[in-house]
Amino acid sequence: MTNPGIKPPKWATQFLTWYCKPDLLEDLQGDLNEYFYRNIKEKGVASARLIYMIDVIKFLRLYTIRRPNFVNILIQWIMLGSYFKTSGRNILRNKLFSSINIIGLAISMSVALVLIAFVVELKSFDKFHKNYDRIFRVNNTYESISNDGIDEYASTSVLAGKKIIESVSGIEKVAILRSNFAADLHVGDKTIPLEGFWASDEFLNIFSFELLSGNPETALRELNSVVLTSSSAKKLYGKEDVVGKQVLVDTVNYTITAVVKDPPLNSHLRFDMLGSFITIDTKKQTDHDKNWMKWDYMWQNYVYVLLPKDYNLESISRSFSQISEEQNKTLENETINMYPQPLSEVVISSDLSNNIGPNIQKSLLYILAGLALIVIISACFNYTNLSIARALRRAREVGIRKVVGASKNQVFNQFVIEAIIISLLSLILAFVMFLLIRPAFVALDNSIQDMVTLQPSVIVYFLFVAMAIGVGILAGFFPALFFSKINTIKVLKNLSSIQLFRHINFRKVLIVFQYTLSIGFIVAVGIGYRQYQYSIAFDLGLTTENILNIDLQSNKPELVVKELSELPEVKNISKSLYVTAVGTSWSGYFRSDNPQDSINFYYNYVDENFLSLHNIKLLAGKNFVSKVSGDAKDTDIIINQKLLKWMNLENPDDAVGREVFMNGKKCTVIGVMQDFHHNTLNNPISNFAFRYFDNLPARWSGVVNLKIQSNDVIGLMSKIEEAWKKVDPIHSLKATFYDEKIKKAYEEMSGMIKIIGFLAFLSISIASMGLLGMVVFTTETRIREISVRKVFGASEGNLIMLMSKGFIVLLAISSLIAIPGAYLLFDQMIFARIAYRAPLGFIDLFSGTLIVLSIALLAISSQTLKVARVNPATTLRNE
Amino acid sequence: MKGTNLGEFEELVLLTIAALVSEAYSVSVCDELEKHTGRKVKLGVVHAVLNRLEEKGLVKSKLGEATSMRGGKRKRYYSVTNAGKVAVVKAKEVRDQLWSLIPEMSFKNI
Repeated sequence: MTNPGIKPPKWATQFLTWYCKPDLLEDLQGDLNEYFYRNIKEKGVASARLIYMIDVIKFLRLYTIRRPNFVNILIQWIMLGSYFKTSGRNILRNKLFSSINIIGLAISMSVALVLIAFVVELKSFDKFHKNYDRIFRVNNTYESISNDGIDEYASTSVLAGKKIIESVSGIEKVAILRSNFAADLHVGDKTIPLEGFWASDEFLNIFSFELLSGNPETALRELNSVVLTSSSAKKLYGKEDVVGKQVLVDTVNYTITAVVKDPPLNSHLRFDMLGSFITIDTKKQTDHDKNWMKWDYMWQNYVYVLLPKDYNLESISRSFSQISEEQNKTLENETINMYPQPLSEVVISSDLSNNIGPNIQKSLLYILAGLALIVIISACFNYTNLSIARALRRAREVGIRKVVGASKNQVFNQFVIEAIIISLLSLILAFVMFLLIRPAFVALDNSIQDMVTLQPSVIVYFLFVAMAIGVGILAGFFPALFFSKINTIKVLKNLSSIQLFRHINFRKVLIVFQYTLSIGFIVAVGIGYRQYQYSIAFDLGLTTENILNIDLQSNKPELVVKELSELPEVKNISKSLYVTAVGTSWSGYFRSDNPQDSINFYYNYVDENFLSLHNIKLLAGKNFVSKVSGDAKDTDIIINQKLLKWMNLENPDDAVGREVFMNGKKCTVIGVMQDFHHNTLNNPISNFAFRYFDNLPARWSGVVNLKIQSNDVIGLMSKIEEAWKKVDPIHSLKATFYDEKIKKAYEEMSGMIKIIGFLAFLSISIASMGLLGMVVFTTETRIREISVRKVFGASEGNLIMLMSKGFIVLLAISSLIAIPGAYLLFDQMIFARIAYRAPLGFIDLFSGTLIVLSIALLAISSQTLKVARVNPATTLRNE
Repeated sequence: MKGTNLGEFEELVLLTIAALVSEAYSVSVCDELEKHTGRKVKLGVVHAVLNRLEEKGLVKSKLGEATSMRGGKRKRYYSVTNAGKVAVVKAKEVRDQLWSLIPEMSFKNI
């Protein structure tokens, strides 16, 4: 016969009970059971269970479904008013608990509000393009022998774009873009510097930038055509109606073929003007630039494709791989592969180099979202914890409710609604906080300012409210469950019998979680801040104090130097291609005697004053000599010790005079300098050399380094500005102190520290408020115990000890989890790639515990003292 | 309501209930129908039809005893009401009349 041990799946039975009409239920259940046992015999248990589940779902039909009972709904609606009323009374009655909950939730929600507004705004990027869903960017993966790992680039080669136009089917339109179209535009005696892209003719057809005048089909088709944005047109001509006019771009005459509206803030492509791609293409071809059409010339070009409505991404990817495979045969040491990336992933992207326009890494957003969620959960725990702790007081209320006829569901609803009301009240406060945090968040980093305004839209407001309701349900769920399960008779007969303390471990777990978080955050901030301080104060091996770096902006270096050297405060001037040690670097191949053996190295172009100005020590040989004295050659180089070592030379003197090859060009080593940090501290010192700064192509621009000595920096700056104006009245001065620039190089880190610091502050506030609530509750319930102990002679110290003992154990557990956790996280993951790391001390690791401990003890002792100071007679008499 | 018109399957179920006398409940109706028609009869279909027949007032039902076969759930036994009897008889009459009109030759070659 049937085996009574085997039962149909429980959830399916419950589901059936839930949806089925009561008068059909028993019979139907019986039928299904009968078939179930029959199937066990015929087909085995597993398939019997499966059939049962399928049948339960199949019986979900119009005639079996329970009709919603109109009376029930009416009661729910009527009760809703009652829920609101009683919830309001409860919130008002327990002002301390309510304010702890409201403030805690509001603090945590404010962070989430910022994040929601941020993400929604990021998601809105580029949506204004009509063909948003069908536009893809062609990205490259790049792998080379000298670098380990594959890097991904948003850029690709011109060749890639042309090959796609030529040979890939299933693509509607292709646009090739080249960045760094920067030039001075002259109209009459007005000169305005503008920046933008070279864009091929389909650009305006793929993207929906609005044209004010001109034809999108032809605007970028002809040689020497330029498209202006309306603000550029206004700057140049004072009006927008300028199509057909000629404009002098640097030295060449261009025709203005169209005027577009300024790209909006939420466009990842931003420009003042667009030049027709054919112009630069033709120029490069006639100049016989041998790199131009190379497969690995992929650093400044971007290709966008528009796919037809019924596109097949797979076949397009396949064609891309085919082209890549074919072209990779022309390369020796590199492998480059193209792949399409949808427009929606351009702004919130994975780790891409050469990105165009604003972007943020997806992983960073996930981390921020995770942290915000953790803080919210922590605030919800406060609510849960305090509500259950107060159970003793409210249990009787629930008992009476049930006696009068409240169902389990109604009690549950009441408590959930109470939580939702509290979280909606918090939302109002959180929104005020959001308005206060917003400017600080936007100003946190230039790149954020460049991306978003955080002005909430309708969707954002909707999400805010949805989030508040979600948080309310999350916070109120456990208390509601707990209260709805209270046994009426027991509660009313004897309050102490309610199993309050069964939940004490649950509460302890919540507290440990909160404190683990707070301590973890503090440790993280400590470690991060220590590393940041360490990085910016690090002895790089070159002097950076009182050095002002001025961007040449394509002016003649000699002219700038001449003007600036007339200032008495300027003690020394040197020139270099770029500022070292702040993250930028040029690299190439270095080869010594053996032609087979070349190595990747970094270099910079500097003049004869650079080494002395930055106090870089020469170990052997001599410095560059001035071109004026006639001796300098642009094949002279000065190498560092790492390169010396690579050349297998011990003595620096041996290297002097040797012939080496840089990027294939024969050079002579004239000196060896001491190693210094030529990159940020995230990277170790590598092979590095200086070349002589002479006759560099004008477009490479460069930097003038000033060693200054002045007590009046502001006055000096205006003098320098004046001097600059004499040389270049058009472009404004771009000058930064070296130290500032180094700080800027670690800006991302300081931004992250600020965010985590803020979260640490929030999580401590929330945890402390939660603790305060718990302490108030405990002291109130243990007031008689405290009084009795006092009568028997316990001192106030003893009492504080008694009350805080349990907490200190929890704190110790939290520290044990948080400190190693945070340390490992930073050591193994976040700082794993940083080459030079700050040593960590006792303070860095244990400051979190100390801070939390002192705040907690303050809360406990203040409350205990308050109770302990009361005359025991008063408290004991009252009962 | 659609009136007392019987669908083909409804008629079969009604007849099965009448044939099973006091043993007619959903599962037994299913089994019986399967036995006689030789086709697979789904519980869901029978259940829906029984429900519809009851709504039309052609059958009535009462709950029986609980058995362990059904996990302690009671069976719902069906019996044909007077209206039901009238409906099947009427259906049969319509058929008989039509049969009587067919000349014998027509089916000779089957």
